[in-house]
Parts: sequence; structure tokens; C-alpha cells
Amino acid sequence: MRPSLLRGNAIALALLALAILLAFGVGRFPVAPGDLARILWSGLSGQPSGLSPQVETVIWNIRGPRVLAALLCGAALAVAGTAFQGLFRNPLVSPDILGASSGAALGAVLGIYLSLGLFAIQLAAFAGGLLAVGAVYAVGSTIRRGDPVLVLVLTGVVVGSLLGAGIGLIKYWADPYNQLPAMTFWLLGSLAGTDRSDLVPLLGPVLAGSAVLMALRWRMNAMSLPEEEARALGLRTGPLRLAIVVAATLVTAASVAAAGIIGWVGLVVPHLARFLVGPDFSRLLPTAALLGGGYLLVIDTLARTAGPVETPLGILTAVIGTPFFIWLLASARGGWS
Amino acid sequence: MSLAAADLVYGYRERVIGRDIALSLAHGEVLALLGPNGSGKTTLLKTLLGLLPARGGTLLLDDRPLATLSPPERARALGYVPQAHAGTFAFTVEAVVLMGRSAHAGLFAAPSARDHTVAAAMLERLGIARLAQRPYTEISGGERQLVLIARALAQEPAYVVLDEPTASLDFGNQGRVMQEIRRLAAEGLGVLFTTHDPNQALRHADRVMMIRDGQAIANGRADALLTPERLEQLYGVPIETVQDGDGRIAFLPG
Repeated sequence: MRPSLLRGNAIALALLALAILLAFGVGRFPVAPGDLARILWSGLSGQPSGLSPQVETVIWNIRGPRVLAALLCGAALAVAGTAFQGLFRNPLVSPDILGASSGAALGAVLGIYLSLGLFAIQLAAFAGGLLAVGAVYAVGSTIRRGDPVLVLVLTGVVVGSLLGAGIGLIKYWADPYNQLPAMTFWLLGSLAGTDRSDLVPLLGPVLAGSAVLMALRWRMNAMSLPEEEARALGLRTGPLRLAIVVAATLVTAASVAAAGIIGWVGLVVPHLARFLVGPDFSRLLPTAALLGGGYLLVIDTLARTAGPVETPLGILTAVIGTPFFIWLLASARGGWS
Repeated sequence: MSLAAADLVYGYRERVIGRDIALSLAHGEVLALLGPNGSGKTTLLKTLLGLLPARGGTLLLDDRPLATLSPPERARALGYVPQAHAGTFAFTVEAVVLMGRSAHAGLFAAPSARDHTVAAAMLERLGIARLAQRPYTEISGGERQLVLIARALAQEPAYVVLDEPTASLDFGNQGRVMQEIRRLAAEGLGVLFTTHDPNQALRHADRVMMIRDGQAIANGRADALLTPERLEQLYGVPIETVQDGDGRIAFLPG
């Protein structure tokens, strides 16, 4: 199948709609598509929906926020992954390549260790992600030899591994009965317990960062060329790279702060999107956002309903992502189409 | 109007690669930088393109110091054709050529109708319009080189700089690419290319600069400059000369 803008986005939108209907339709309080439409209309028009208050509460305060959070986190990770794969000219890169996830994880684990409140833990995670990438970028820019992109990636790997050691140390110190399970749960990723107040800190950074990446998507094609070629084409590669890294880090840190560590989405979804609409970043980025949102929503629905207790998201994305990626490696021809 | 260097010192922060370079490239002219592998040709090329800062001397583009031009200004004057590589993503040929329009577009702008027109015209000019929708990763090395030339032309530059344009090409494609280079000069562009093949310089360049260890050891008209003695000095091996009935010559190494 040749990539096609129209067909690709039609498929992505259909999958997204299906994922949303499925998410509302299954669970302890199934919401039929008709009820969903009715309650949305009543929300817009202010007229009573005629549904039981119990169902309304489920939709507005429990299921709704969780669905929205899954869509935002999935879109954020997919957009960040797409941008980083282009920037680092490597289709095997994921949003945590510069330490955004490990930094956020250290922040969260530290927050749990210090017995902070939930909001403070999220803030610590968000700040940790930004700080880690900031440190990687600062160290990487002082090393002025070789390809700046390669230096950045290697610095990210090194700093990420140091952060991993920090996480290990705090887990080792943590109270094994109260804190350690909370840390483990957080490190595996989950959207359980998401409510409306969680959406605000997620929405702002994700929209702001995504807007920057979307605005720069025309330049991302040339930014995926070797450094000197991009510069010879007239791009100011330094400032552009910084803008892309900041924006992608913002959305990644916000999503990790809200949902914990969810691997694979930012790695797998850009490939699916490329399969649908081709590698041109101007088309790829919007499609990746749609697909990423739908993908994580399906995963989260599965996490909610597949077992007697919630399955961590990171486990499910890994179980699905690993075989997919092996297939991808085996079937990749010369280029990544 | 020219790309002109005088007393140019070039290289990296830690290490000077070459010095005392004087050259001038005018419109409608083909200049070859000839030298053995590792002679500093590519580094000089990057300096002339403004990708590496000059370490000394003067480097002027149409009488303005090259270093004072912004990256987009530079890209609208100097087109760069790197050695053909496979690329990471399977962009269509059209998308690759459109990247050449980056310096003409705003930071957040989509390619304009004019950008599409120019890109299509450049593909047409190089006779590869039929490849427009093919993935760049799936075409041949010779076709890739032509696509990269089309991309450089889409910058609408006054000068085109090519790094070993035939290095990885088979015999037939070498001929095609060199003919295109000649044609660009005939259309008024200044063309500079590096090569380690003296026959290519002799046949397709107006002027030649011989480089060894970062030094320009000779500089002049191709037919006058390229003698077996000079080539022996440049490459350090004996050179044989063959001549056909019309008096045209070619060199054979060893």
C-alpha cells in the first residue's frame, strides 16, 4: 500500500473515533454511543440529558477525564517521538532519548520518597524531565567536536544511565511497604485515578509544545538531513534544534508527569503514521498525533478491562510494541517508509 | 561578481588544514579543485560555502564578506551538492528538491505555489521529472546525484559547489553528471567541484586548482596546467599520457 494523505488520515481518524467509542462503551459503567452524544449535547446546550446522575458523573468526572488524558498523553508521546526521530535522523529513537523520561521518573520517585502530595509529585516529575534534558543539552553544547547531534544523543544516554542509578538508589532507600509500591506503580505508567484537575497541568504544556512542533513541521524535513547539508540549505540549525528539543521535552515531561513512564508509544506510533501518510514531516506530525492518541486510549481501555485489577500501561505497550518492532526491523527495506 | 578568496586560511578550531589559498570563481565558469584523497579539498569546500568559518584571509561573495551573510542569504547565493547518500527517511524526490526552497520560505511557512513550480522546473531541467513521486531511497546512485543537483538549483543560487560529484557513480552516470555541470555553467552559473580525477578536470573544467596537503600548488587554465609532470608531483606516482588523433589527451596513473 502506497502512503496517501487522504486515506491515511481517514484511517487514523476512524481508528481514533473507534477508540473513543470503545473506551466509553466498556467498563463497569458502559456508555452507549447514543448516551455519549446525548450527554455531550446537554453539556453544550445546558439542557438536561435525561440520563441518570450516576452515569453523568461517570462520564464527566471519571471516564471523560481519563479518556482525554489518554488522548493527550498518547498524542504528546507520538508527536515528540516523531520530532526526535527526525532531529536525530534515526527511526529507532524515542522521546526519552535525551533523558526526559528518566529525569521525570527521578523527580517523581523523589517526590514519593519525600511523601509529597500528588500534585507536588507531578510537578517534581515535570521539573525533573525538563532539568534532565536541560543538563544534557548544556553538557552536549560544551563539547565542540564532532557531529553535534551525535554528541547530544551520547550525552543523553550517559546522563540517562546516571539518572537510572539515582532512581535505583532512592528505591533502595524507600519504605518497602508504602513508598516502594507507589514508585513501582508510577514507573510502570497508569492513568487510573485521573480526574478533571489532572487535565489542566497536562493540557497546557502538551498544547504549547505541540503547537511549536506543528509550526516547525515544514522545516523538520531539512532538519533530518546531515547537519552541514541543512545549514547549506539556509537553516539556522542551532536555534531550530533547541526549539524542537524544548517543545518535545515539554510535551514528554507533561505526559510522564500525568501518567508515569509509558514506553514504546513514541517509538512505534511514528512508524505506523509513516506507513499511512509517508515520511514527509508536514503530513506525518498531525497523523502521528491522531494515531498516538487513539493508540494509547485503546491500550488504556485494555488496561482497565483486561484483568480483575488494572494492568500497568508500560507493560501493555511493551507487550504490543516488542513484536511490532521486531516485525518492523525484519521488514524494513533501505529506507523507513 | 564572483566568489573570491585571498590568503585564505582554513581548517578547524584546533587544527589548520590549509593556507595561502587564492581563488576566484566567476559566473559561467567551471573550476575544479584537484587533489589526492586527504588533501583538504572537502574542508576547503565547506569553508568556501560558509559552513566552516575561515581561519584567516578574506572570503568574499559578490564583494561582501561571506561571514556577514545570514544562513538564508548564503543559501540563496551558494548551492551545495554533497556526495550522494542514501538518506534516512524515504522522502519522495519532490520533497527532497523542495527542501532546497528552505531559504526562500518563512520559518513556519509551507512550500508556496512558486516553490512547487521551481522544484518541478528543476526536476525537468535535469530530465528526472518522472522520478518526482519515487522515494529517494529507492532510486539509483546516479539518479540521487541528479536529485541533489536539482535540490541545489532549487535554491536559485548564483554558484553551485559540488563535493566529488561522481565519486560513487558508475562510468555512464559520471558522464551524465559532468555534462550537467557543463550545462549549468553554460547557463551562467559559477560551478566549483572537487575531484581526484585529473581527466575529469581536464575535460570538464575551465580552470583547475591543484591542492596537496592544504596548499594550492598550482592554479590556472585546465589545458595549460594539467601536464604529466605536475600530476606526478601532485600524486607522487608516474603518469602516462595517451593522445588521440585530434590531439586530445588523457592521463593514466602508474
